[in-house]
Amino acid sequence: MMNTPMPATIPSSLPEDVLAQAQTMRRSLGYDFHEQYVEAVYTDAARIADRAVVLTDKPRFDWDRTIDRLVTSRIWGFPLMLLLFTLVFWITISGANVPSAMLATLLVDVIHPALRDGAAAIGLPWWLSGFFIDGMYLTTAWVVSVMLPPMAIFFPMFTLLEDFGYLPRVAFNLDGMFKKAGAHGKQALSMMMGYGCNAAGVVATRIIDSPRERLIAIITNNFSLCNGRWPTQIILASLFIGALVPAHLAGIISALAVVGIALLGVLLTFLVSWALSRTLLKGEVSTFSLELPPYRPPRFWKTLYTSIIDRTLIVLWRAVVFALPAGAVIWLVSNIHVGGTSVAEHVIGFLDPFGMLLGMSGIILLAYVVAIPANEIVVPTILMLTVLVTGLHDAGAGAGILFEPESEGTLRPLLDAGGWTLLTAVNVMLFSLVHNPCSTTIYTIYKETGSARWTTVAALLPVVMGFGLTFFVAQIWRLFG
Amino acid sequence: MSNLNPQPAHSSCETCPIHHAAGLKKLGVDMENWDYVVALAGNPNTGKSTVFNALTGLRQHTGNWPGKTVTRAEGGMVYAGSRYKLVDLPGTYSLLASSVDEEVARDFILFGQPDVTLVVVDATRLQRNLNLALQVLEITDRVVVCLNLMDEARRHGLQVDERRLARDLGVPVVPTAARSEEGLPELLQAIHEVATGATVCKPYRVQSEPAALKQTVSRLAMQIEAAFPGLPNARWVALRLLDGDERIAEAVRKGELGDLTRARTPEETSAVPVPVGLDS
Repeated sequence: MMNTPMPATIPSSLPEDVLAQAQTMRRSLGYDFHEQYVEAVYTDAARIADRAVVLTDKPRFDWDRTIDRLVTSRIWGFPLMLLLFTLVFWITISGANVPSAMLATLLVDVIHPALRDGAAAIGLPWWLSGFFIDGMYLTTAWVVSVMLPPMAIFFPMFTLLEDFGYLPRVAFNLDGMFKKAGAHGKQALSMMMGYGCNAAGVVATRIIDSPRERLIAIITNNFSLCNGRWPTQIILASLFIGALVPAHLAGIISALAVVGIALLGVLLTFLVSWALSRTLLKGEVSTFSLELPPYRPPRFWKTLYTSIIDRTLIVLWRAVVFALPAGAVIWLVSNIHVGGTSVAEHVIGFLDPFGMLLGMSGIILLAYVVAIPANEIVVPTILMLTVLVTGLHDAGAGAGILFEPESEGTLRPLLDAGGWTLLTAVNVMLFSLVHNPCSTTIYTIYKETGSARWTTVAALLPVVMGFGLTFFVAQIWRLFG
Repeated sequence: MSNLNPQPAHSSCETCPIHHAAGLKKLGVDMENWDYVVALAGNPNTGKSTVFNALTGLRQHTGNWPGKTVTRAEGGMVYAGSRYKLVDLPGTYSLLASSVDEEVARDFILFGQPDVTLVVVDATRLQRNLNLALQVLEITDRVVVCLNLMDEARRHGLQVDERRLARDLGVPVVPTAARSEEGLPELLQAIHEVATGATVCKPYRVQSEPAALKQTVSRLAMQIEAAFPGLPNARWVALRLLDGDERIAEAVRKGELGDLTRARTPEETSAVPVPVGLDS
């Protein structure tokens, strides 16, 4: 290792002497030691690489550069981004409707009555079959039929885009805006991760070294719609906003509505980052280099397989795990009566005035409380609670059952019966974007920041903003509506 | 490593060491009582996680963007009768510890004393990737270079002379395309040979520093060797001390470096914490 001639002095062998010697040498070396060494590494690396690499034939056409010029161009970058995401949602929405309806028919209209008949045949007491079949099974059935089809279409497409290498280009396009907001450019990447799962997005902020910018990224990650919230947006957009226009335009308009909500999330990310970096989290913006990876043709089938197994089924499983106890709780609060009315109706009655003020309802607010563990179950919980309050349940078998033989198995009549209007749908979509993170994310934020104070800020800031936003929209709507 | 095959058939395939690849057992997260520890280092987005998944059978999420792996992943495999523990380190461009990721990777390679450090490099961006490889070679001499993304290199009309590269770097270089599992049997064999000591590396050490710097580093390195006889990377420690690296200065002060001069026991390796991000 050592081939330079050594001085004759015998060096002392104590660690302290080594350090002292190093100190003395450092002073004599001057400041550019680091640069000199790095330069030496670069020189050697370049020489070795040059000797090993042979360029056999120059490719006639550089696809990577051509695509990059287009997707990261000042003029075309953003429109292309919007076009691509709109396309993804349009395919999701138009593709998910049919299987969703089929699953609902099977799980809710066919299997559920069969289960109840079976329970009655073996003489199960009504409260037992109610708890298990009307509470736990039915909520789970709704979760599966509502969540599975959009996820099974959306996740593979999103994963394909990711494998292809498009997401870092999005980060590249957004980098300048993050800088202007006083945040770290890498926040674009943790934001992208948040589109899958906010807990994962919060963990991903570890790529940001400055604690100040990392906190900004953690607090704003919730404005990336996550796995649990995409289906809510997709369902409500196709039920209420797509329904406003002729059938052949419904898909594209619904898709645009979802893109609009996602964009609002990006806008809020910038606004909140900007506000935080000028108030609570003041400081310098750090620079970094973002490498645009080469485009790689995604391996289609493998991506399809892993995104269905790893993402869709895991998210679905999580939803089911949370839906089972939630279903039980919903059934219990609907069937335990205090002073003639059920506990659920008491709570809903109490929340209703507040809900109305926000252009929503007591049911929706209660559903958001029930769904704190998992955003995935918001819509199923709303449906279950709506059935209870609108009395659309099978008389005599206890309340809180989502079973209505006369309905077509579609969600819209049910929500209409629950008093939903276009305003309700818009505000639920907005509130779904801007409300507290799920309990898993909150716990992750606590683990990552180690601070109860910042965890509280991250949990409460979006709720307060959500209340403000929906209140504002409801007042304007009613003023002009 | 045993080339004996109990089966009567003796085709040339079965006597070839690469035949072991067929006996690769992917252990996933089951990695009790390992014989060897392999650390995976590399620049971001070179397919480190893909190599890791292919070897362990785990399905750590991979993605085509830098910085995907922020948490350390560990997995196990059995190859040629030895149990291996694989540690996937965060992707970094350098080990000069200017970020948390770099410190995590650096600390594991230095203090964790892996039996083999597998440096995954992108064949299409060799020069930049070698910057990291050369830094790894300063810390440890038990290195295998995985020349990954060969499929892309071919697509771009690049030819990499891996023999010349291996000769220049002084460590085994194995061309692979981990996405399609190309070259993995050879990679496994190279890892195994370095782990068992069948291959002894003569790692390249950076030599383009200005003469004055080189001499200072050598003098300090000699003193460090006197203080910690048998230390395998005195030159690198000297470089770090001259660069004012507090973590390394602390290791000198507390005598942690002395622990690196002898082979570590399995219990000691498992005790080396790998700090992950700001989590610890």
